[in-house]
Amino acid sequence: MISLTFPGGIHPPKNKDLTRDKAIKTIPFPPKVIIPLIQHIGAPANVCVKVGDEVKTGQVVGEANGFVSVPVHASISGKVVEIANKPHPVKGECMSVIIESDGEDNWIERHVSGNGWEDFPIDKIKNKIKDAGICGMGGATFPTHVKLSPPKEKKIDTIIINGAECEPYLSADHRVMLEDVNSVIMGLKIIMKVLGAKKAYIGIEDDKEDALSIMHSAVVRESNMEVVALKAKYPQGAEKQLIKVILNREVPSGGLPMDVGVIVHNVGTAVAIANAIVNGQPLIDRVVCVSGEGIARSANLKVRIGTLFSDVINECGGFRGDVAKIINGGPMMGLAQYTTEVPVIKGTSGILILSTDEVKVESANVCIRCGMCLEACPMYLVPSKLGSLIENNCIKEAKEEGVLDCVECGSCAYTCPSKRPLIHYIKYAKLQISKEKK
Amino acid sequence: MFTIAAYSLGGLGLIFALSLGIASRIFHMEIDPRIEEAMEALPGANCGACGFAGCKGYAEAVIKDPEVVPNLCAPGEEEIAKALAKISGKEAGAGDKKRAIICCAGGEDKVERTFTYEGILDCESAAILYGGNKACKYGCLGYGSCVKACLFEAIEMNDIGLPQVDKNKCVGCGKCLDVCPKGVVKLVPVTATVYVACNSMNKGAQVKKICAVGCIGCKLCVKACEKEAISFDNNLASINYQNCNDCRTCMEKCKSNSINVCM
Repeated sequence: MISLTFPGGIHPPKNKDLTRDKAIKTIPFPPKVIIPLIQHIGAPANVCVKVGDEVKTGQVVGEANGFVSVPVHASISGKVVEIANKPHPVKGECMSVIIESDGEDNWIERHVSGNGWEDFPIDKIKNKIKDAGICGMGGATFPTHVKLSPPKEKKIDTIIINGAECEPYLSADHRVMLEDVNSVIMGLKIIMKVLGAKKAYIGIEDDKEDALSIMHSAVVRESNMEVVALKAKYPQGAEKQLIKVILNREVPSGGLPMDVGVIVHNVGTAVAIANAIVNGQPLIDRVVCVSGEGIARSANLKVRIGTLFSDVINECGGFRGDVAKIINGGPMMGLAQYTTEVPVIKGTSGILILSTDEVKVESANVCIRCGMCLEACPMYLVPSKLGSLIENNCIKEAKEEGVLDCVECGSCAYTCPSKRPLIHYIKYAKLQISKEKK
Repeated sequence: MFTIAAYSLGGLGLIFALSLGIASRIFHMEIDPRIEEAMEALPGANCGACGFAGCKGYAEAVIKDPEVVPNLCAPGEEEIAKALAKISGKEAGAGDKKRAIICCAGGEDKVERTFTYEGILDCESAAILYGGNKACKYGCLGYGSCVKACLFEAIEMNDIGLPQVDKNKCVGCGKCLDVCPKGVVKLVPVTATVYVACNSMNKGAQVKKICAVGCIGCKLCVKACEKEAISFDNNLASINYQNCNDCRTCMEKCKSNSINVCM
């Protein structure tokens, strides 16, 4: 089979051998969880429990606040001991509900509908997805029900399931595809029904041969589904690149995939949707890839949302050697953490414990105009020019150069021989532009 | 040979001169000479404190727009306000001159940093990652955005990593306020003698944990002030300078030394 790809991109060391062959292990639920009220893009959830309340697993502890928002659920049963600002792996700090376990795992009543969902009206499915608190599990955490509700004039004809997992180290989606292929297909069927899409593609990078073949045999009987092999390259899993590669459609500048009739969902999101609709189970756990040279035993773990990084690290045998960085997510787009007392949230696809050998800190230098960032940029931008403009505070000019189209994949900064902090500049410019709008 | 060249070049010159002369008559634009006058009166620093695009923008606005008052030039002070009032025929009005002050005393010796920051050395850029690496999320980050923003070189970093405003150089244009992601820089009247050197809205117990000089919200200053010039919002004291009579009782009463003398 020929693997498809897009122009640009980079080839960082994959480092996936640490975890790719390790089966997903469910870890015991922790003694304490921190459930942040913001785990998605949109309005924070409104807390609806009090300190001292007894909660059951799966009970709503924060209600969705408006349409672009999702509820958050208790991931263990026990007692609410505190509602306070706690460290958050993305926001820095966030209002959170802290639950202490009662040692049991008492669930709320779940409505298992099995295959009965096929007769559900579409609005009912969407509400169930919202009530289950599902948001994009790839890391962007955009509320899924909003993605499933495109405006009427935007007809969606194609769904893409994103199984590229192009970030180095991470292998959570890979393992999910290998071990829970039925849920992925079930989730995809539900998405297709909701959107009335005729065709679906599952995009997987060609270094995951086992996932490709398993997915292939799973869709053999489905005439409207197809598995596409993609070249292993970063950022192959970026939404716009996937659409371009698989369908040869280009999302317009400032537009969304729905503008070209496509919706892209992550593998993990499809599984969560299947779990919510078929098993009536809200999103209370996720698969997290714990990897890096700084951890004693790297693993793919099924972790309850709200479990502290420190608990996960202990579960993996603790640190090994000199640890330089702990990252929430992948090494390209993830965020370094300053404490291990942060919880796993819905978007935590990986926890990387990087040793001093894996982390190199170099000071930035001037641009030497080599043009390597131009070749790497998958969005056809000129990162070197953007960097210089923003460095000199020419935000308006940077906007004209298309800074808002940047997907912040980090390919330019990775390839830059002068080690310029290009993504930092771009994030700064985006902040200034959004400030101006206000 | 020489004469032909002289005549032809001279002739061309004459034709261009005539056409330019005619064009300047036809396309003549009426410029209010008062705008030129106002431009000359203004300091020409283009600081933007008036809210217009540089000194020229303000000069045009103050002459053309009857709504624009002549005392908006912060660096110019009263003198320029009077001059502009004279040129534009408006009333000068009483300008209340202000100056910038750094409302945080939590320098490197007082407040810890939660992590090592290796990004761009600029406060707004540093604030992108978790709101900055200062243990106090309301405190000065100390990367000197305000120093760079000041057109009058009135702000310098001191030895504990906090910016210091030179009272004599500050013109109160407020440029530094715009670039501070924490809102630590505030404008106070030049006549102010004391200020609250804290910006933290944390509760007292939390402040005590992370900062030795933060306002803990004990309200002793509020009770001590005879003029009722100190109010309390979000766990933070603030001084109403219209009522303040410079008795400095609040400063003496403050247990955490977060009310300071304006330097």
